[in-house]
Amino acid sequence: MSVLIDSQTRVICQGFTGSQGSFHSRQALEYGTRLVGGVTPGKGGHTHLDLPVFNTVADAVAATAADASMIYVPAAFAADAILEAAAAGIGLIVCITEGIPVLDMMRVKAVLRDTKVRLIGPNCPGVITPGACKIGIMPGPMHTPGHIGIVSRSGTLTYEAVFQTSRSGFGQSTCIGIGGDPIHGMGFIDCLRLFEADPDTHGIVMIGEIGGTDEELAAGFIQQQVSKPVVAYIAGVTAPPGKRMGHAGAIISGGSGTAAAKIDALEAAGVRVVRSPAGIGAGMQAAMNGPV
Amino acid sequence: MHLHEYQAKQLFADYGIPVPAGGVAGDAATAARVAAGLGVDAWVVKAQVHAGGRGKGGGVQLVENISALEDSVKALLGIQLVTRQTDTEGLPVNSVLIEQTVVVAREIYFGMLVDRACERVALMASAAGGMDIEEVAATSPEAILTETVHPAAGLQGYQCRKLAFALGLEGKQVGAFTKLVMAAHRLLLDCDASLLEINPLVVTGAGELLALDAKLDLDDNALFRHPRLAELHDSRQEDAREHAAQQHGLNYIRLHGNIACMVNGAGLAMATMDLIKLHGGLPANFLDVGGGATAEKVAEAFKLILSDPQVEAILINIFGGIVRCDLIAEGILQAIDEVTVTVPVVVRLEGTNAEAGLALIAASGLAVVTASDLTEAADRVVASIQPGAGT
Repeated sequence: MSVLIDSQTRVICQGFTGSQGSFHSRQALEYGTRLVGGVTPGKGGHTHLDLPVFNTVADAVAATAADASMIYVPAAFAADAILEAAAAGIGLIVCITEGIPVLDMMRVKAVLRDTKVRLIGPNCPGVITPGACKIGIMPGPMHTPGHIGIVSRSGTLTYEAVFQTSRSGFGQSTCIGIGGDPIHGMGFIDCLRLFEADPDTHGIVMIGEIGGTDEELAAGFIQQQVSKPVVAYIAGVTAPPGKRMGHAGAIISGGSGTAAAKIDALEAAGVRVVRSPAGIGAGMQAAMNGPV
Repeated sequence: MHLHEYQAKQLFADYGIPVPAGGVAGDAATAARVAAGLGVDAWVVKAQVHAGGRGKGGGVQLVENISALEDSVKALLGIQLVTRQTDTEGLPVNSVLIEQTVVVAREIYFGMLVDRACERVALMASAAGGMDIEEVAATSPEAILTETVHPAAGLQGYQCRKLAFALGLEGKQVGAFTKLVMAAHRLLLDCDASLLEINPLVVTGAGELLALDAKLDLDDNALFRHPRLAELHDSRQEDAREHAAQQHGLNYIRLHGNIACMVNGAGLAMATMDLIKLHGGLPANFLDVGGGATAEKVAEAFKLILSDPQVEAILINIFGGIVRCDLIAEGILQAIDEVTVTVPVVVRLEGTNAEAGLALIAASGLAVVTASDLTEAADRVVASIQPGAGT
């Protein structure tokens, strides 16, 4: 068992014949992902990596019964790609692309809100169920099938958590990189809900960072609805305030958004928050042995 | 990307948002010409820097004759203006905005931004204009009125009127406010602005609305579709090192410690700074070399780090994913060979081909300390700057 994806997930790639799409499609195939085709407008009818290329996502879905899509198209076209996948009935859309204008994402989310589509990202490493399906840019070999669910806003910190939970012998059920953009798809709470319901996930690692209030909201959810042990790490304790954050933004969040506020909220909810990024594996070991 | 006040006001004027008559100048003679052209006998000279709090910092001056205006302009141009929003070095004043003076009956705050929590454009207004709005938010949040815009329906007149009446505007001011807010919203969407702020928005003695100040930030990710707006970028307002970093595809922010770090990935870079602090050191910078860390990029990163005289040691923390650690190690060695590195360097490599990378460094004979894990790396780099530590 796992969440979101497994060995049966039928995946297509949007931006299939581009350099990023080609490279990561090849890696996904090597990992064993059931990649069934790809989309590049104008190249329909061709074959790429021994798989069919389609002009539209709708054509791809009709021919392959794909249920997930990974998107590697450039930022200027990414919102269009997400909406095309949603319109074609793709249930899980993973958008790796970095640098999408925030107003584009605002409009995308306004459309997705009325659907059952699940969007992961953008600006994220993707999602992986070790040994079964890899949709994204994460290095496959360091993952180990196991029982820890990982959800993270950061790419390389996710790898850190994977590495440590592999070394500690836990392995991972599913790892979800939800991405670093201000407006994004699935959030901490969506992922926590899935991990809580998944019998194969025994513990959860949550990696947050400064900005926004998603971690604070997640803390409230954990307190109310998560029974499994949760270990958290929040990056940015030493980050200087004001950088990259507009003035009025600080007004809306009312002084929250700092690492300290997030750590306080999570600890108040009974989450084991490790202070060192090197402490994630040990933190999970301690959490599995009993309450905080 | 931040715009200058004069650039923002030009855009405001283009969209029909009323602004005081005025013009920008980069020298005293131009300033005098702009002032004379306004046909008034008192002016405000406003230093153009990317920071608020200019009034209290001495960057806004009222003058009542041309010679005083020239003196004021000469005194401001070329200085580093320090305000509560800048660091102690301040920001360079390369231009000034000359405007007519305005009789102010009352001051209002108005702002608009993309709110990440509700995933909509949010409007904010407060009768406590001109004041430090962060302070208002902290002490009396109920004094800030908010409205959010449905992405499909767009901003509605009733939302503007609701704010106008709550602000106590009367008669024609309500319609004028509605028109102004509608225009501001159009500007925000058209230009991909992430923040638009008018503080203060004033009611003049004649009862007209006027944007006395203007702040406009644009979404960096959307600049590709606004080439003319991208040209408004003023790199002189940025830290020279941060600007140089951008030119090389590096994401660098200077802090004030003495242990520099070089990391792949923004989250891990922040975590590395935190780790240095946790182990008793002080991070000198945030530096994300990105996913494709080539030898050239690593060399540029070294140069950037070493241009900060406070740096006494360097921690390199790389988690190899798709990028192989042995290639990164080659880049590090090549860079050290190329750039004279006189401070201790501690390297932690993990992930794809980490062992091969560490072996390369060990075999190089260079004075680079390797670490087998994060904790050891942090301990070693902090120890390297203790008195008596050999390099």
